[in-house]
Amino acid sequence: MGLQSYIAERKQGKDLLVMAHVVCGYPSFAENMQELEIMAEAGVDLVELQFPFSEPSADGPLFVQANEESLKAGTTVDQCFAFMAEVSARFPFKVLMMGYYNTAFKMGEETFVKRVKEAGGVGYILPDLPVEESANLHRLSEEAGIEPIILMTPTSSDKRLAQLGAASRGMVYAVARKGVTGSKTNMGDDVLELIERCRQHTDVPVGVGFGISSKADLDFLRGHADIAIVGTAALKTWKEEGAPGLRTFFAELMA
Amino acid sequence: MDIFDFSDGREGYYGEYGGVFLPEILHATIEELLECFRECKADPTFWQEYVALLQSYSGRPTPISHLENLSRELGGAQIYVKREDLNHTGSHKVNNVMGQGLLCKRLGKRKVIAETGAGQHGFATATMAARFGFDCKIYMGAVDVARQRPNVFWMENLGAEVIAVQDGQKTLKDAVNECMRDWVTNMADTHYILGTACGPHPFPEMVSWFQSIIGLEAREQMLKQVGRLPDRVYACVGGGSNAMGIFQGFFDDESVELIGSEGGGHGVGSYMHSSRLAYDDASVGVAQGYKTYFLQNQEGNMNETHSVAAGLDYIGVNPIFAHLHDKGRVRFEAATDTEVKEALKLVMRTEGLIPALESTHGFVTAIKEAPTMGKDEIILINQSGRGDKDIFTIADALDDAKWKSFIEGKADQYRGERN
Repeated sequence: MGLQSYIAERKQGKDLLVMAHVVCGYPSFAENMQELEIMAEAGVDLVELQFPFSEPSADGPLFVQANEESLKAGTTVDQCFAFMAEVSARFPFKVLMMGYYNTAFKMGEETFVKRVKEAGGVGYILPDLPVEESANLHRLSEEAGIEPIILMTPTSSDKRLAQLGAASRGMVYAVARKGVTGSKTNMGDDVLELIERCRQHTDVPVGVGFGISSKADLDFLRGHADIAIVGTAALKTWKEEGAPGLRTFFAELMA
Repeated sequence: MDIFDFSDGREGYYGEYGGVFLPEILHATIEELLECFRECKADPTFWQEYVALLQSYSGRPTPISHLENLSRELGGAQIYVKREDLNHTGSHKVNNVMGQGLLCKRLGKRKVIAETGAGQHGFATATMAARFGFDCKIYMGAVDVARQRPNVFWMENLGAEVIAVQDGQKTLKDAVNECMRDWVTNMADTHYILGTACGPHPFPEMVSWFQSIIGLEAREQMLKQVGRLPDRVYACVGGGSNAMGIFQGFFDDESVELIGSEGGGHGVGSYMHSSRLAYDDASVGVAQGYKTYFLQNQEGNMNETHSVAAGLDYIGVNPIFAHLHDKGRVRFEAATDTEVKEALKLVMRTEGLIPALESTHGFVTAIKEAPTMGKDEIILINQSGRGDKDIFTIADALDDAKWKSFIEGKADQYRGERN
C-alpha cells in the first residue's frame, strides 16, 4: 500500500496522525528498538529513520549531536538499511528514510531507491535536495512505488508552492517555522496560514513539523493538519527520562 | 572563455559541479541574493564603487614584485609575486568581503554572519562590518578559536561577536554548518558573507567575481612592467578564492599555464591532508550546499582533513576548479607541511617577504618547478596573505625555541599580575 492510501486508511479511525523520528544508531540500535516499541504501543502512525550524516546542516543541536555520536560509534548505511528492514517487518507503522542527499548520491540514486523499497520504506525525506535536482530520483521513486516527501515552508512564495505542489506525492512536510529542528514553535495563526497555503497547492495529506512537542500542539493542529511530526522532543525525553519517560510522553501526547 | 555564461547549460553549474543544495526554507533567500547579484554585476557603477572603495581603504592596486634574488638562487625562471598580502587586514579576503558588504547594503540587510577557519576571513568581515555599521557574528570552530587567539582578539575588538562552534571536528566545515543554521533562522535581516568560492550558487560565481580584481590587475601589470604575460601562474587552493581571483586574469591566454597548490599535509597516502584534486583520495559528493570533490568516505561522510595552514584545511573545493581540473585548464599539485616550512624560510631570507602559510603552498610548487624552466621564462605567484600577523602559528610551525621561552615568560608575567 502506498503512503497516501495508508494515511487515508489510518485517518478513518482518528483525525490527526503522528509521525515520530529516531536517529539510527543513537544512542544505539538497541535503544532505537525500545523507543520504537514505545511508539508502536502508543499508536504512532509513521516513523522517520534518520541515517546519520557528518554535515547535518538543517538539524538543531540535539540531532547534530545524535548524528555525530552515531557515526562515531561506527554506524554504517548497511546497518541503517538492515535496521529499517527489521523495523518495517516488526511494527504496524510505516517507515520513511530521512537523511541528507549525499547518502543517496554516493550509493547512486537507483540503488538508493531500490534499497529503501527493499527495506520496507514507503518514502524518504532529504531536506537538502531541492526539487530542481530531484527529477531523476522522483522518476525512479515513482517506478518503484515509494514517495519523495516534499517540504513546504513559510518562506515559500505562492509560485514556489505551486512548483512544490506539482511535485508532491504521498504527503508534504510543512515546516512550521524558520530555523533548524528542535526549538519550540508558537502554534498560532502563522502555522494555520501555512497549512492553508499548502492545501491550495497540493491534494496530498499535510504533515506539520519543527517544534511540535506537546498535546496542546497536537490539539491545535487537529482539524487543520493531517499529521503531526514529533522529533526532537521525543529524543530529549528519552535521553533525560529513559523508557518510562518516553512512554508517558507519548501517552500524554496522543491522549 | 566565460565560465559564468550559463546560457548553454544549467544555471550555477560548471560541468557537473556546483548547483544549489539547500533546505527549502532558504530558497527565497538564495533567489533574492541571486537577483541582487545579477543587478550588481550588470551595473558598471557597482564595480566602479567597489574598485574605488578598495583603492581608498585597502591600498589597491597591490603591486607586483620581482624576486630577483630567489630567481637567481634557483637558476631558472624569473619569479614575480602579486602582493595581495599588502591589502588591509593582510590578505585577499578583504576583496570579497568589501564587495559583499556593498551588496549587503543593496539587499537592505543590517546583519552579517560569516564562518572562519584561521580567522582571516572573520577578521576581514569584522573590519568591513565596523566600517559599514553592520551587526556581525563570526562562527569559528572551537579548536580554531583556541589556536588563533590573535585573530579572535581583533574580531572582538572590532565589535564582532565570535561564537565557538562545538560540533563535529570543531573546525572550518563545522563553522560553515553553524552559519547555515543561523541563516535558516535569521535570513530576513541577515546576509551570509561566505568566505570562499564554494557553497551554493551564486556564491562561487560571486566570490570569484569580487576576487577577479586580482587577475585583472596582475595581467595589466605584467604587460606594463615586464612586457609580456607569465608562462605559469601559481596560487594556493583551499576553497579556491585567491586562485580563482588571479587565474581569471589569464583564462583566455592559452599560453599561460595555471597551477593550483593544495594542502599536502603529511603527504600522499597519509590521509592527513587537504588535497582534493592533487591526490586521489577525494570523490564527488554533495555537502554544504554544493556538488564538488570532497574528502569523504564511501558512504559520503566527510573525512578528517589536515594542513599546517588552517586556511587550506577544508573538505571541499571550488566547483569551478573541479570542472577546470577535468578539462585540464588548471593543473593541481600539493605542498606538504614540511615543504611549506622550508619554502617559507627560503623566501624570508632571500627576499624579505613573509608569505602566509597558505600562500607559501603556492611558492613551494613554483620553487620546485622554477629550476626546470628557462631563464627567459616567467613565473607569477599570488602571495594571497602575509604571515607576520600569524606569528603564533608560524613560530609554532617553525618550532622556534626563543619564541617559546618568550611566551613562557609572558605567561609567568600575566600569572604574576593576577596573583
